[in-house]
Amino acid sequence: MSEQSNKQSNRILVIGGGFSGLTTAVDAAETGAEVILIEKNPYLGGRVAQLNKYFPKLCPPICGLELNFKRLKTNPLISFYTMAEVQNISGGPGDYTVTVKITPRYVNDNCVACNACSEVCPSERPDEYNFGMNTTKAAYLPFNQAFPQKYVIDSAHCKGDCGKACQDACKYSAIDLGMKQETIALKAGSVVVATGWNPYDANKIDTLSFGKVKNVITNMMMERLASPTGPTGGKIVRPSDGKAVENIVFVQCAGSRDENHLQFCSYICCLASLKQTTYIREQNTESKAHIFYIDIRTPGKYEKFYWKVKDDPNVTFTKGKVAKITQAEGSDDVIVEAEDMQTGNKVKVRADMVVLATGMQPAGAAGKITGINYTEDGFALSNQGICAAGCSRNPMDVARSGQDATSAVLKAMNTGQGR
Amino acid sequence: MDKKIGLYICTGCSIGESINLEKSVNIAKNALKVPVIKSHFALCGKEGVELINNDIRNEGVNTIVIAACSPRVKYEEFDFPGSLVERVSLRELAVWTQEPKSEEAQLAAEDYVKMGVIKAQKGDIPEPYLMETVKTILVIGGGITGMTGALQAARAGYQVVLVEKEDRLGGFINKLYKKVPAATGEHKEPLIVDTDIDITIKEVENNPNIKVYKSAKVEKTEGQPGAFDVTITSNGNSEVVKIGSIILAAGWRPYDANKLEHLGYGKSKDVVTNIEFEEIARKGGITRPSDGKKAKRVAFIQCAGQRDPNHLPYCSAMCCTTSLKQAKYVRQDPDATAMILYKDIRTPGNLEYYYKAAQNDPGVMLTKGDVTGVSEAGNGNLYVEMENSLLGDKVKLEADLVVLATGIVPATVDDPVLNLKYRQGPGLPDLELYDGFADSNFICFQYETRRTGIYAAGCVRQPMSISEAQEDATGAALKAIQSAEHVAKGIAVHPRAWDVTWPDPFMQRCTSCKRCTEECPFGAIDEDEKGTPFFKPGRCRRCATCMGACPERIVSFKDYHVDMIGAMMKNVSVPEDDDKPRIIVLACENDAYPAIDTAALKHMKIDPAVRFIQLRCLGSTNLVWIADALSRGVDGMLLLGCKFGENYQCHFAKGSELADYRLGKVQETLGRLQLEAERVGLVQVAIDEYDKIPDIIQTFVERVKEIGPNPFKGF
Repeated sequence: MSEQSNKQSNRILVIGGGFSGLTTAVDAAETGAEVILIEKNPYLGGRVAQLNKYFPKLCPPICGLELNFKRLKTNPLISFYTMAEVQNISGGPGDYTVTVKITPRYVNDNCVACNACSEVCPSERPDEYNFGMNTTKAAYLPFNQAFPQKYVIDSAHCKGDCGKACQDACKYSAIDLGMKQETIALKAGSVVVATGWNPYDANKIDTLSFGKVKNVITNMMMERLASPTGPTGGKIVRPSDGKAVENIVFVQCAGSRDENHLQFCSYICCLASLKQTTYIREQNTESKAHIFYIDIRTPGKYEKFYWKVKDDPNVTFTKGKVAKITQAEGSDDVIVEAEDMQTGNKVKVRADMVVLATGMQPAGAAGKITGINYTEDGFALSNQGICAAGCSRNPMDVARSGQDATSAVLKAMNTGQGR
Repeated sequence: MDKKIGLYICTGCSIGESINLEKSVNIAKNALKVPVIKSHFALCGKEGVELINNDIRNEGVNTIVIAACSPRVKYEEFDFPGSLVERVSLRELAVWTQEPKSEEAQLAAEDYVKMGVIKAQKGDIPEPYLMETVKTILVIGGGITGMTGALQAARAGYQVVLVEKEDRLGGFINKLYKKVPAATGEHKEPLIVDTDIDITIKEVENNPNIKVYKSAKVEKTEGQPGAFDVTITSNGNSEVVKIGSIILAAGWRPYDANKLEHLGYGKSKDVVTNIEFEEIARKGGITRPSDGKKAKRVAFIQCAGQRDPNHLPYCSAMCCTTSLKQAKYVRQDPDATAMILYKDIRTPGNLEYYYKAAQNDPGVMLTKGDVTGVSEAGNGNLYVEMENSLLGDKVKLEADLVVLATGIVPATVDDPVLNLKYRQGPGLPDLELYDGFADSNFICFQYETRRTGIYAAGCVRQPMSISEAQEDATGAALKAIQSAEHVAKGIAVHPRAWDVTWPDPFMQRCTSCKRCTEECPFGAIDEDEKGTPFFKPGRCRRCATCMGACPERIVSFKDYHVDMIGAMMKNVSVPEDDDKPRIIVLACENDAYPAIDTAALKHMKIDPAVRFIQLRCLGSTNLVWIADALSRGVDGMLLLGCKFGENYQCHFAKGSELADYRLGKVQETLGRLQLEAERVGLVQVAIDEYDKIPDIIQTFVERVKEIGPNPFKGF
């Protein structure tokens, strides 16, 4: 094998810079492979970077992310592209060609994150990172621990009528409004698909009235509310009027395990809701939580985390699917109606806010990359030198996303080199 | 290393506007004799970097101190291979967190520049520790996990030694009748497939890269990663093999069902465990052990002896799916029915499809309830008694065979397995944290055990299904390969996977107090027959806890040692004014320092009394620093680091906890100086608690102010 093709076959292209993609990248590079990481957001960390804490330790995601960023920074074998999306994969094990579209950031490597551009920017945009619960300027830093620590200009929300105020304010020539979209072709010996997931669109679940009844939010929105980098600095208050939430209801399997929505189970939502009850219980000792579930899925050692929450007298569990969610008469409160499967009785609960534990829909459902095979649900399937890892292939928690990603490295190395 | 230091000061990011840099320049030039001092308004830009590169090329500068921004940013720009590089965080610590143009900011800037230069003067570029190593991987356990790990490593070109305690490979799968297909979300029929374990066993036995030992066990493991000496005993014969890294895939055993008398086990022959049920199915047809008759009504009791504080407090993750599979065995006889009595059905992810397909069978009935007991029905059958069930409050279900879905007990509960000849003990430490499983305490780093070069996979690590175990094994194989490759090059592994320094103890001054051997979180230090510590760099994670523990200060790393940090502290300014305290804050690089950085990015103001010094880990805190700093007038010392305790965050497992414990002893030191112990403290801080940093600092400053100024000030 020629040196060039040998090098290439030892190169792994990772699609997705979330927890799985990042783990694949650092573990592969530390084992001697050259890695190219492609991420569509302006920052690395994906959905995990949007979490407040993980179960069961209730530790902050940025801790593990920080260490992975450090491993990435110190390893010359890794290069990464942000604002980049894979369009197409062709070729075979040892010799794949991957086409990548790079959307302009309009900010170059000179950026020192001094915030001058943001200060003078007159336009605003919904903050995607916080699921639109607040706004940022069109020139913004995705969040304060974002990596890379570089600003972005959201061209869709840049009105362009400010006379290039950001460019003028920048002392470091970091703003380049003339940046153009690029398409590049990269070669690799194997590909790891770590495209992750999107929260299932709660608007589609008619019976649960998301978007129609006030103060019905999703579990990911709850993570943002509780997070110090969130729209309220971590205070769990309800969107309609900012009232501190005291009575909260969690609706499990919202749009999951359901013929009409996601048929599969997203694994983490039981644990996520249990975790989120700890957020609110910590903020307000008078608070009460009610969880409506079908099965409580806390496998393995997570069982003890379930007990911890179950032991809390202010948390009630009812086995029963929620049938209806409505606004209380003349109030921003929410009424949740369900049938208690164990007693056969109908249950009606009034809450300040309701959290729909919606599922993780694999990225493949939103858009397929040519060259990758998918199941009907959009989960990526491994095929020769293309290895699916993390939530792109099966719903999993952060622990498994990391472990799965490490496993994908060896599979990619072996198949990429034709072994 | 013959050093020529270049100090480069950036005046961008408001540094130039807030600080009079001339003073720092003068100190560096005159007091510290720095030969090259330059400044630039945008040091990270092309021009700034070229300025430095030019000096490297033409002025012989080989030690670069960059007084600009945090070491966490602009890492690509300030990368000068071959040179020693020190970063001084002027922007974050003297500008963004201070009042611009204030006297305090000025003093802070001068102190940080001084400390940075001293750190550069005292440090050196490390040479990796190289020793003779092998890259052979030992796999302990020849079940599906061990075999998968072995095959994946062998495929990657590595030599593998596989040790199996039974006389054949295959582990528990040998007992299974069928298995569940891997969950891909497309479960139609069939729902049960052949295990194909014989195919895997053949693959392993025919693989030229894998050497298999059967009826064998690991007698002892000595040495260190890259150079383990593993004694394998088989049928009375012993052999020592040289190993690079180890995969622990020793699996599990079923929970002892004799403890489940209340569920009828041991009382009736027709109450069997899930594993025994597999063995019945393998013999052909589902028959009752008591009379050999075909079983027509089989009841499965889920969570038998699990999810129960009186038995196993955890859930074994695979039993719901297993019982659904076993219900299919029952249904191979179309007249037979299966009843699954559960607390929760746990078929997460795409396994939900498996559950759905199983539910579509009218001969499989599922109901939630609390099983209170199993009793004789009088006609040779059994009653399963339940409360709070979906069928009614108190019910009795008649069955002619009862299967208890019992749980998984990892091999490490019974046996250390590894039999490490390490001073700290034969097995992986602290397994009670994981109910005996050989697990990692890090959600983000699932393979990190507290023994370097040893990675656990499969059910010895966590309860899991067959396909999960295969994935787990592949990951562990990668880590084993990574570890072997790193130690061969003298590079550390997680968490400092870039580090080529190593602990170099000056043994002539060692008094064998053994604090290092006891405190090292990774058991990297053994003792010889005389009790003298014996460092094994291959086991070391470079946290420098040993450096902190040693009262004689004999341990050092090329770019990190007691004298270096001590000298930095000695050069921090101590205001003579009694109203202006000086407090040194030691911050660990993993959680505390990034939190401080983020507070700075948000321009949060921090009390100017403090000076931050970054440490690898709080565990590396040597008490001499406290004694020296306080004896020259520093008013207080605060340690900021990762959380410790059961849910520890400390990336080195015990570092911050040890520092806390060591501070308990500082009273003695401070007592001799007639200083109050309250001048020293430790606060645990998480990386996302950046908002609390200013308050934490403020509170400590107030506490020290209340004690009063250090009487050693001005001495």
